[in-house]
Amino acid sequence: MNTILWIIQLILIPLLSPLFVGIIRKIKARMQNRAGASIIQPYRDLHKLFGKDEVISRDSSWIFKFMPYILFATTLIVATSLPFLTTALKNTISGDFLVIIYLLAIGTFFLALAGIDAGSAFGGFGSSREMTVAALAEGGLIFSMLTLALISHSTNLVEITQSISHLPLLSLIPVILAFISFYIVLLAENGRFPFDNPATHLELTMIHEAMILEYSGKRLALIEWAAANKMLIFLTIGANLFFPWGIASSTSPTAILASLGFYLLKILFLAGTIAVLESTIAKFRYFRLPDLLFASFIISLIAIGLII
Amino acid sequence: MFTAQNNFIIALSLLTLGAIGSLIWQKKDRTANLIGNKCAIIASLFGITSALQVIFFQGNFALDIASNFPLLSFSIKSDLLSALFTLIISTIALLASIYGLGYVKQYFGKYNIGGLGFFYNAFIAGMLLVVTAHNALFFLIVWEIMSVASYFLVIFEKNEKKNIEAGTLYFIMTHAGTAFITLAFLLLYKYTGSFDFEIIKNNINQVPALAKDFIFIFALVGFGTKAGIIPFHIWLPSAHPAAPSHVSALMSGVMIKTGVFMLIRILFDFMPASPIWWGITILIIGAISSLFGVLYALTEHDIKKLLAYHSIENIGIILLGVGSALIFNTLGYGSLATLSLVAALFHTFNHAIFKALLFMGAGSVISQTHTKNIEAYGGLIKLMPLTALFFLIGSMAISALPPFNGFASEWLTFQSLFAGLQFANNAQWAFVIGAGSLAFTGGLAAACFVKVFGITFLARPRSDKAKMAKESSTSLQIGMGALATLALLFGIFSGTISQILARIAGSLNILQNSISTSTFQFNHISTPNNFGTISLASICTIIALVVLFTYLLIRIISGKRKIREDITWDCGTDLGPRMEITATGFSRSIITIFKNILQPTKEMQIEFDEANPKYFAQKSTVNMEIKNVYQRALYQPLHELIARLSEFAKATQSGNINSYILYIFVVLIILLISGVIK
Repeated sequence: MNTILWIIQLILIPLLSPLFVGIIRKIKARMQNRAGASIIQPYRDLHKLFGKDEVISRDSSWIFKFMPYILFATTLIVATSLPFLTTALKNTISGDFLVIIYLLAIGTFFLALAGIDAGSAFGGFGSSREMTVAALAEGGLIFSMLTLALISHSTNLVEITQSISHLPLLSLIPVILAFISFYIVLLAENGRFPFDNPATHLELTMIHEAMILEYSGKRLALIEWAAANKMLIFLTIGANLFFPWGIASSTSPTAILASLGFYLLKILFLAGTIAVLESTIAKFRYFRLPDLLFASFIISLIAIGLII
Repeated sequence: MFTAQNNFIIALSLLTLGAIGSLIWQKKDRTANLIGNKCAIIASLFGITSALQVIFFQGNFALDIASNFPLLSFSIKSDLLSALFTLIISTIALLASIYGLGYVKQYFGKYNIGGLGFFYNAFIAGMLLVVTAHNALFFLIVWEIMSVASYFLVIFEKNEKKNIEAGTLYFIMTHAGTAFITLAFLLLYKYTGSFDFEIIKNNINQVPALAKDFIFIFALVGFGTKAGIIPFHIWLPSAHPAAPSHVSALMSGVMIKTGVFMLIRILFDFMPASPIWWGITILIIGAISSLFGVLYALTEHDIKKLLAYHSIENIGIILLGVGSALIFNTLGYGSLATLSLVAALFHTFNHAIFKALLFMGAGSVISQTHTKNIEAYGGLIKLMPLTALFFLIGSMAISALPPFNGFASEWLTFQSLFAGLQFANNAQWAFVIGAGSLAFTGGLAAACFVKVFGITFLARPRSDKAKMAKESSTSLQIGMGALATLALLFGIFSGTISQILARIAGSLNILQNSISTSTFQFNHISTPNNFGTISLASICTIIALVVLFTYLLIRIISGKRKIREDITWDCGTDLGPRMEITATGFSRSIITIFKNILQPTKEMQIEFDEANPKYFAQKSTVNMEIKNVYQRALYQPLHELIARLSEFAKATQSGNINSYILYIFVVLIILLISGVIK
């Protein structure tokens, strides 16, 4: 049973992730009074890209060719390390919150290198901006999850989920503060508003898109897919670590199915908030982003101050 | 025959042989280089054997040779802690010497190779003796040998004026540090009545609390100067890069650790029951050094200077562990203190490995391109594929990316800081600062190494020198390759290594009997309070498997699609090297964000065309710098104060021999009188 659950978890996140990209786009389109593409359009895009020939820059090296694989692979590993449908699966290998943060950092590290690799002026600036944002986001990310770890006396993700789900409602204040901080980092790490515009290809403002400008074909598909995975990972952390209600504590099929239902509802809600946020606010000027990230760090600090 | 003690002495004798041998054959560059480095190689092998014997088989050894001078004896003692540092020194020295065999060739005919061999061997011998010395006077002598030898290595390329200046600064700073160390030992002598470490340790109860505080401050300033903590770091970024690269690897990877070693020795072995503010002070210094070190590193584009700043950062991380260990010990959490000290010792070893690797990688690039300016590199991954691979591994290790060794020790450091947040009553704020600074340090270090690796090895060459580069010779590759392998192995086997380090930490005076041996197992490291567990060996396997899986999957999905090579999208112009991002540009946004700390300055000079004065600039120069706040706020006033005091002292220096005789006479009378009164 456990093996089956691990495999479900390994497959389900990459399988679902494009769907949520589609849903966010759809909600945004509706809010802009457009019909918008179907919510399964991201799957069609992936299929199309996987079927296309590739052009690779002459100036680039093996880093450029290798990056999509490591980027995608790290998101898969992190996806399996999260408490997903049940807390009965213990993971003492990679289920530590520092491990998943640094595993995701491997992907970012190579992504930024690949951005420089082709030698285009855009790629380098994308990498510079990405690393700046990633470096400043790390404080908020670690400290928001540290808040949970301090409450549950463990840095293991499954243990965190277990103990937060038993928390009385009144002691949720630090958790909510930490979630606000985490949510800001979620927007930063996934290149959403107000940090980055996922739909833009305007040279002056893009971050994520600038780094992958030289990619095409299957490698571009992998990168897009990995980015979708990463967003679903962050949404899952938000839903299952900060608000772990409804998650199953056994491996019985009915409990798991109910847990899946709860999970999808929570994720849908979080994805909805992102879509609404993106439709209502403008992108920030680049040098105002640090203020937001430092604010995220300080909110977590306050949360920790409430606990210790 | 080959006991640990004998092996250690053989190592020292071989180093002496290497030093003298290379001086004798200094007329012949090739012979001098062979003797100098090969003796060091064999000596390091003996050093490694000796250290391993002490750690795994026979335990401590001690050697005492009394001398004719009162209070001084040539006494060496190797316990587990000394053996660990002997192991670190010997391992890095071994690989640096193999690297040196090939690297030194570029100096043939330009500089004195015999002198290099002499000071190189003396330097290694000095370090080996520093970590084993067992008598304060003897310690000061070997400390001086180490410092002076490294000074001559810093000014080895003496034709460049910058190196001489760097050397002078280093010489002054290291001796100011030694003065403080001497004061600390004199205070210990005053109360315990001996220079022998064993007697000091046993009689430490006779030292009053206030004197202990002063000893702590003096030791912190003295050894901290050697370790390069902020604000005593100013010599480090200019001295380390000036030396030949394999010596930089030793200085940055190993020599600065002798400062950490002595701090651990004094704080954990000599002076138990420390007040809590000692630990907090070290923790805060660690936090400041790590964050500021990496910020200054981001501003640099001299590749070796940048690496030197990262040494300050990593010393900071080590001190975070040392400081937490002290606090936990004061508060009575023995197992947590052990955890923190294991984190510090592990990071000490890890930093030695990856920093030596990075300096050697930088040296390999410099020997081909003949410049230290990373703006002039670019595209080297195609011309020097192996150097690039090794440098990439070093970059990942120093950025604490799993599964490399840097992650293991940073994880342990994080965990000890987290434990402090829960248990350290009244000192939690210090742990918050420590954890916060470490969190940002990790991200900024990754940003910095994307910059270094990206600008140096990726994209197109930015200068003609970079276009001509070739892969470096075999001896350089062996040195770097071995270190890269070690960086991976130390990550994978982090459980076993932490186990051994816990035993070493447990052998220290104040941490005795406080280890819980179940914490570290072959495959798992976890914290004593069961706060977290990881297994880097499994993570490494999983990463490899999943990357392979992804690769195969994609091959199946779209393996038949063609791949075409073409130019980078150029917007219809020709892409020149100047259109790529520069190192300055890459880090500019972070510098702007932290402008209150870094205080960047920008100066622009534009020369205009005479005919059209307003519109057509002929030439423009931009000069961007980072203000040296330490120079201005600390060293400049200090310098002026000393200069002013010297003005007063000048009045007594008439140059007239009669007045000097008068001085001697007066002093003699005072001494006689004070003797009679007593």
